[in-house]
Amino acid sequence: MSFEGLTLTRLATNRTVRVSGGIIAAIAVVAIVAPLLSPNHYMAVNFEAVLQPPGLAGLHLFGTDDLGRDQFVRTMMGVRVTLVVAIVASIVSLVIGVIYGAVAGYVGGRVDAVMMRFVDTLYAMPFIFFVILLTVIFERNFVLIFVAIGAINWLDMARIVRGQTLSLKERPFLEAARLTGVPTMAIIRRHIAPNLIGIVIVYVTLTIPQAILVESFLSFLGLGIQEPETSLGSLVDLGVDHMESSPWMLIIPGGLLAVILLCFNFLGDGLRDVFDARQSR
Amino acid sequence: MSQAILEVDSLTIAYDGKPVVDGLTFEVAPAEAVGLVGESGSGKTQTALALMGLLPATAHVRGSATLGGEKLLGRAEAELDALRARRIAMVFQDPSLALNPYLRIGKQLRLILERHGIADGATATRRALDALASVGLPDPDRQARAFPHQLSGGMRQRVMIAAALIGEPDLLIADEPTTALDVTVQAQILALLEEVRKQTALLLITHDLGVVAGHCERMLVLEHGRLVESGPTERVFAAPAHAHTEALIAAHPHLDKAPALSRPAAEELLTLDGIRVSYRAHGSRLKAVNGVELALKKGETVAIVGESGSGKSSLVRAVLGLVPADAGRLCFLGEELSHEVSARETATRRELQMVFQDPLGSLNPQMRVASIVAEPLDVHEPGLSGTDRRRKVVNRLEQVGLDASFVERFPHELSGGQAQRVAIARALVLAPSVLVCDEALAALDGSVREQVLNVLKDVQANTGLAILFISHDLGVVRTLCHRVLVMYLGRIVELADNDVLFSSPLHPYTRALLDAVPVADPTAERPPVLGGEVPSPLSPPAGCAFHPRCPQAVEDCRQHAPGLRRVGATDVACLRASEYLAKA
Repeated sequence: MSFEGLTLTRLATNRTVRVSGGIIAAIAVVAIVAPLLSPNHYMAVNFEAVLQPPGLAGLHLFGTDDLGRDQFVRTMMGVRVTLVVAIVASIVSLVIGVIYGAVAGYVGGRVDAVMMRFVDTLYAMPFIFFVILLTVIFERNFVLIFVAIGAINWLDMARIVRGQTLSLKERPFLEAARLTGVPTMAIIRRHIAPNLIGIVIVYVTLTIPQAILVESFLSFLGLGIQEPETSLGSLVDLGVDHMESSPWMLIIPGGLLAVILLCFNFLGDGLRDVFDARQSR
Repeated sequence: MSQAILEVDSLTIAYDGKPVVDGLTFEVAPAEAVGLVGESGSGKTQTALALMGLLPATAHVRGSATLGGEKLLGRAEAELDALRARRIAMVFQDPSLALNPYLRIGKQLRLILERHGIADGATATRRALDALASVGLPDPDRQARAFPHQLSGGMRQRVMIAAALIGEPDLLIADEPTTALDVTVQAQILALLEEVRKQTALLLITHDLGVVAGHCERMLVLEHGRLVESGPTERVFAAPAHAHTEALIAAHPHLDKAPALSRPAAEELLTLDGIRVSYRAHGSRLKAVNGVELALKKGETVAIVGESGSGKSSLVRAVLGLVPADAGRLCFLGEELSHEVSARETATRRELQMVFQDPLGSLNPQMRVASIVAEPLDVHEPGLSGTDRRRKVVNRLEQVGLDASFVERFPHELSGGQAQRVAIARALVLAPSVLVCDEALAALDGSVREQVLNVLKDVQANTGLAILFISHDLGVVRTLCHRVLVMYLGRIVELADNDVLFSSPLHPYTRALLDAVPVADPTAERPPVLGGEVPSPLSPPAGCAFHPRCPQAVEDCRQHAPGLRRVGATDVACLRASEYLAKA
């Protein structure tokens, strides 16, 4: 895809994108590298250091949990899982949703009716029931969470993209392209997709936090990440249990979750400006 | 004029230090109609918004304006609220945007009365109905229960005027109140404004000198935010003191002046035979185009005129294949064209191109001008080398009066006139044989319109381009088109050469359209206004479709639908056409 509205220099000069993207990148790098350097292992249980507050003793930077496992390494593992779940689920919903919605909206007529009724049918399925069904069939599985979250989110994306495409279709520049004989796929690629980018980016930035929350909800129900693996959502759940005695167990992963969610929202705002050609001067 | 109701003294409005209105001073006397004219960007609307206290916070306003002793500028919102509706009110350009789509008409009027403490309860309801009746809305009881989308544009503008006048203000500001309307409806609304002027002073903002000439006692001419001329309308038209006023008057179309046009060739490029277009609407068929025949010659421009709802756009869209025709034959150079553009052969697709009404909407906001103009080349001449492609794009841009520096721009960096010229360059880049223009000049100002008109004429003279030109502006039609086709409810009612049609129109509808054009001459006689509106194509009247509005209708017209026949030098669909020709 070529977006003439987008240039790398503008991407780099947009302050919101730079700052929020930088923070997310920094968190991701630490989450990848730090567990390799730390002497503690995220699964190592130590009953002599249970619920230890943050400090340098034993290099438990974020303290330890109720089983004496190192909170710092566990939090970093949680960030990894959370980021991967969020990004992969969003990409799944983005790709399926945009293509599906753009085709339904642009082709229109009966094709549109059939495609959108299929979406309605999927909507009618209760989400949790769907996930339980999947876990029964495939047993508990990390990949399953991506599938479940992506499978739900692309429905919303498809609807939004279809609506936007329908309104774009009435615009004279699309009629001019049809008149000249620009092939359908080229029309979708060159005229429709770039004009959808603003709304799609905004929606994806809403999807990422949503995916993170759904993941922690599933983990809480015991359907998501299984101990001893962890995610920010499950860490927060555990932290709530020990909120009064060991508040760091809630504050640190919760704060990190909040920072990540905020950064994604700001990143979305910034990206929308960058992708919108009207902002360029 | 010592008792001025509105006094504006050195009003200056600036954004970021750049003045858009610069030291404007004028007065309006009670029950006086003053016209404020100028091209877009001259500060007309900004002045109106300043008087209403509706300018955005980013505007810097200096100077003073008083309405009957009350200051209008720099007042708090609550104080302004007490003045609005009772002392000062405004009618906006687009009535479909100015009314709340979720509230019934009657409720909207009642809210104004209640909000400003003028009346409430049963009194408010009665006054709302009276107001609707006073602006000539038929059956006000029923209309009060209607939602805005259920009314036509003209009816909505009447409602707006009723809403503005309901508080009996001392001053009514009307900002381009008829620009969004058909020429016949415009005449109706102007007649209504003439009527209401007896109760209130009127500040009429318009770009159309014809409107001012017919309806204002005094006029003010703005250029780039400065007042360049003011005075009694008759004096200004008779002897304009400023060059800009003179230019504006000269640019106003004169229907009596025969244009100089290139001669079309004899070769028939495009023939339409019995074209019908219909849409499904509420379970029945809406016949938008009902059997149209036409032969367009090489190098010829045929204008298509008629009120909205006459089927002009549906007709040209069917020709292009954007809307499939239900019946009829379309031939290009003797070869039959498919009714669906996607089924047409690539070679013929490049021959038919279109320029749309909305200049910005017709350019993809995410593409640069170079890619926009080059896109048709990429489809039809994919083997073109990069330099050839660029040369062709630049050539076309230069042909429409834009230099090579424009290629890197995005559409939002263009003015309306530049954007429309880019759209024309794109339509012409493949050197098509036929160009369809759907109100292509409607969004452009006088001087820019002149340039674009000249571009079209030049291209036609050089390449033999044939043009189908939809326009509601009969002045442009007069200067550009070889033949004129008048449509009413999906049928041709008159088709004649430019000179014949403008000098001796035969169909009463054509005459009404010509009469409704505002003439830039305050001393000219005003012909009677054509009443009513285009009936719904879902239930067209029996007999001649025009008979309910026709001032000359006889009993026969109610019974028989006239076909198109030759009377003198005109093809006309009117039973009494021969009588009119004999009298002429």
